[in-house]
Amino acid sequence: MALKHKTPMLDELMKGPWPSFVTDIKRVAERKPQCDDILGLMELSYKDREGHWKHGGIVGVFGYGGGVIGRYCDRPDLFPNVAHFHTMRVNQPASKFYKTDVLRKLCDIWEEKGSGLFNFHGSTGDIILLGTTTDQLEAIFYELTHELGMDLGGSGSNMRTPEGCVGRARCEWSCLDTQDIVYDITMRYQDELHRPAFPYKFKFKVSGCPNDCVAAIARADCSIIGTWRDKIRIDQEAVRAYVGGELVPHGGADGPEKRPLDIQAEVIDKCPTKCMEWDGKNLKIWDEDCVRCMHCINIMPRALRPGEDVGATILVGSKAPILEGAQLSSVIIPFMKMEPPYEEFHEFVGKMWDWWMEHGKNRERLGELIQRLGMREFLRATDVKPDPRMVNTPRYNPYIFYDPDDVPGGWSRDPKAYRERHQP
Amino acid sequence: MSSKEEAKERIINWMKEQKKSKHYFNDICKAVPEINMREAKKLINELVSEGRLRYWTSGSTTMYMLPGVDDVEKEEKGMV
Repeated sequence: MALKHKTPMLDELMKGPWPSFVTDIKRVAERKPQCDDILGLMELSYKDREGHWKHGGIVGVFGYGGGVIGRYCDRPDLFPNVAHFHTMRVNQPASKFYKTDVLRKLCDIWEEKGSGLFNFHGSTGDIILLGTTTDQLEAIFYELTHELGMDLGGSGSNMRTPEGCVGRARCEWSCLDTQDIVYDITMRYQDELHRPAFPYKFKFKVSGCPNDCVAAIARADCSIIGTWRDKIRIDQEAVRAYVGGELVPHGGADGPEKRPLDIQAEVIDKCPTKCMEWDGKNLKIWDEDCVRCMHCINIMPRALRPGEDVGATILVGSKAPILEGAQLSSVIIPFMKMEPPYEEFHEFVGKMWDWWMEHGKNRERLGELIQRLGMREFLRATDVKPDPRMVNTPRYNPYIFYDPDDVPGGWSRDPKAYRERHQP
Repeated sequence: MSSKEEAKERIINWMKEQKKSKHYFNDICKAVPEINMREAKKLINELVSEGRLRYWTSGSTTMYMLPGVDDVEKEEKGMV
């Protein structure tokens, strides 16, 4: 079927060997007029070099302050089928495990009541339903909750949908039950997920090991990253098998062929803290110097495994650039056991949120607030004692401030008396 | 009137006094400075449930506004 709008510039994106969203949308446009208009609108945006979507709206489902984002086109005269094209965010199952019948039902709902376009998945992991009208929102929400047992995710100044890696379900390195932690956070903080009252968005992400497959350290306001506090488990026979060329290094990630591993060049010399030694027969690791970079384990997965005394490192403050530049998380709690019901963790979260809600400016992420008021204030508010493992870069800041209470004997200071002795 | 209802009234009155139509949560809390943020959130959510306040969201941030007549209809017609 011929489409209504000509899209010569978008058509350029269909060329080449890569998958193209234009090809996908054109396929749907043959049965969905919204998709025809969305292509026309996008072509106009390319031509004008400016967007044609308005900013936000009041639409939503009853009782929820998130999960629905009003989207309106500013040229409804040209593209009436996308005049209202609201987005819905659906909370994905932990680690994104789906049954196919759920996906089929979801597709049926969206085919009937929306544009048919999905985004699997948004950056927070939600299933994004792209494009519907106000009168369909409650009906879609009803079917999601009553027929699929699914809920809307977070948007706006809410806690966002928590995200986790595949964890112990399929990964032998996972030090955490990431699905259980994601589920626990989701259920415990339903109010924070659906009813906005934070200064801005807040994201939890859970990675089972320091490989950090969900990039929690770069994206989450609070990152929970699996780690261990005993020794890396070593199978010396398997180490020798890697060196002898009997096993495929790197789990086959850099080629499927067996080859002798140059353990000195590929593992020992690349250890960031030089905490390993190979004497030709045995591998020795000084675990007290290990910084959990995972490189040696990644290269020799049959020979090395994380320790058995597992838990999580809790970090806070990462974000993408909006008001301030991009930030990575800072270590706050070097090791926490993270076992149900996670009370120690939730106690920390409560203190963290109270401080952020009290002091955060509008649209200020937690990491920006810590940057503005200082890590010392954050640690004080959350009752966490400073620890050398929180130090990102030694001697980064040469100024050390002490409180009188922290110093034996303390001191007193009288600014008024000082000013009497010193003219301003 | 209970102290809770009185606080809710103060929030609504504060909203009516403002020139702007949309407000951040933090700013609304200035109407009830003696109440902590968590408690203020409960009051504001009650006001939303009662239809006396409504959410506006850009997708990344959320604001609150007083409901008007035919808000959704006006938004859909591009009148706001």
